Amino acid sequence: MLVLEKRPQPSKGWIAATPVLAVVLTMIAGGLMFAALGKNPVEAIRIIFWDPLFNAQFASYARPQLLVKAAPLILIAIGLALGFRAGIWNIGAEGQYIMGALAGAAFGLYFYPTENPLVFPGMIIAGAAGGWAWAMIPAILKTRFRTNEILVSLLLVYVAEKLLASAATGWLRNPDGRGFPGSRNLSQIEAMNNPELIANTGMHWGVVAAFIAVIMAYILLNRHILGYQIKLAGQAPRAARFAGVRPTRLIVLCLGTSGALAGLAGVFEVTGPAGQISIDFNVGYGFTAIIVAFLGRLHPVGILLAGLLMALTYIGGELAQLMLTIPAPAIQAFQGMLLFFLLAVDVLSNYRIRLKREGLA
Amino acid sequence: MMGIDPVTLIAALIVASTPILLAAIGELVVEKAGVLNLGVEGMMITGAICGFAIAVDSGSPTLGFIAAAGGGAALSLVFAFLTQYLLSNQVATGLALTLFGLGLSALIGVSYSGISPPVTPSLDIPGLSDMPVLGPILFSHDAIVYLSVALVAAVWATLKYSRVGLIIRAVGESHDAAHALGYKVVRIRVLAIMFGGACAGLGGAYLSLVRVPQWTEGMTAGAGWIALAIVVFASWKPWRALIGAYLFGGITALQLRLQAAGFDIPVEYLSMSPYVVTILVLVIMSSDRNRAALNAPASLGKVFHATG
Repeated sequence: MLVLEKRPQPSKGWIAATPVLAVVLTMIAGGLMFAALGKNPVEAIRIIFWDPLFNAQFASYARPQLLVKAAPLILIAIGLALGFRAGIWNIGAEGQYIMGALAGAAFGLYFYPTENPLVFPGMIIAGAAGGWAWAMIPAILKTRFRTNEILVSLLLVYVAEKLLASAATGWLRNPDGRGFPGSRNLSQIEAMNNPELIANTGMHWGVVAAFIAVIMAYILLNRHILGYQIKLAGQAPRAARFAGVRPTRLIVLCLGTSGALAGLAGVFEVTGPAGQISIDFNVGYGFTAIIVAFLGRLHPVGILLAGLLMALTYIGGELAQLMLTIPAPAIQAFQGMLLFFLLAVDVLSNYRIRLKREGLA
Repeated sequence: MMGIDPVTLIAALIVASTPILLAAIGELVVEKAGVLNLGVEGMMITGAICGFAIAVDSGSPTLGFIAAAGGGAALSLVFAFLTQYLLSNQVATGLALTLFGLGLSALIGVSYSGISPPVTPSLDIPGLSDMPVLGPILFSHDAIVYLSVALVAAVWATLKYSRVGLIIRAVGESHDAAHALGYKVVRIRVLAIMFGGACAGLGGAYLSLVRVPQWTEGMTAGAGWIALAIVVFASWKPWRALIGAYLFGGITALQLRLQAAGFDIPVEYLSMSPYVVTILVLVIMSSDRNRAALNAPASLGKVFHATG
């Protein structure tokens, strides 16, 4: 009989190996799913993971998309990981992302028409503030009334989606848009545009922000007392309290940071790749970022790699839709599977598997 | 406030509440056994599409509901395996269940959008159903509505008076003590998780087969999360879950009526009201320190690893 024996310390080797193992297992299970859909599994996996990068026909379009899709995922996941490490569960990043985009767009359009070069930086700050403020709701309710932050942050996603709909059809609608829903196209307004910084790379200000966030998070977690407190609070809450860590402060900080980063992701998206506020502006980055955070082992560098991999599944998924007519939701199921396998194989990092004969216990 | 008839409003309230009530009563049992399954939303939507697909293909809503319960329970088994045998984090695994369930259901549902399901008949009781006021409110619903209330009663009685209920509660309060007494903690929890999954699946199918009735991607729209909130609101007490679900259903039904009556509030603000009210209720419940802490199962969400 197989029994699990808890390791005194999580295995370093397995911690690094489990994400790779999970990706391989997901490819196998995903291949079975594609086969069940009547597609050639090997071809499907190749189209998702290989063709966007190396197929001569698609790579020129797909490669820049990698950074465009990865930037919001990494930005959001970095913030979420800080909280997850401390045992603070912000799962409403999708709502904070929407609110960041709304706040940023509203700030910019308030000054329309303008050529003031300060408007774009102002929009970025407004976006971060919007996401931060939306995350402060669960933070304050948690610290003041001990309300569960998981449920509140998640329920606020639906509220944010309704606000987005009312903005797209009402208070931010393009007055020159002949009554169609959707705001003015920000990416076509000089003072509000988040342009591609280097041609054909997909590099925009959001990508820069994502790289900075990775570096800052790395320093915070490894070199700063706050990072130590975050890790301590997650691993040994009681010890943390004795060591003088104030849980209230950590909750406000972690939720606030993740909200602000999600807001940033939102405003960079709305001024760049998306271009405008529309009813279907949000595409689930806030939820996929949860997978990215776990796949990256809540470690900044890991998140960077996981974000790029997840971005690849988005782009490859679109390609597979085009080439093999695989339905779009298959990719979503595929991404969900990845998190399952990761959590499943994680048992190997925390436990040793031992063979034990029946009756000896 | 014209155009809002209290009798039809209450009848609509009951229909609006039933999916959430079913999911909540299932999750209540799961949490009583000490497991926090945040995948309710994913199991509900999987139940919604399983029920819808089978009901459409077979022409029988009954078969649809059975399939929905089976689908929800099957998905919950993945959660059970990961959290109980591979000892994974329950919060993260529950989230994974929701993300996967949303994708899987959308995938199954690709060919089912825009179809009308077979009608689930209401159980008209001659005489009683024709009564004024009480007839439409109490005696003209379908079998699932009565089943949901019966389930609440059964869960209440089981938890409170039966040996099984006592064991479930023991496992939820202290898994180590229950294990020392010789109870199979993992087995009991797996069964509780499957019950929760089946209930969530039924609730989802009630949405797609009766309430809406149609299949659209992501149609549960947070109902599973609201069910989780209702368990907290109910302080883990079955009858209070019924009150919570009907309260929530009342707000949903009322805001829909207000939208239809062309009330002078933008539609978006009316439709966000159920979520806002749920948050407010959560705040009120959790701000009372004694009440909130008293009833929560002591081992809720903790990983159980038998060492001896």
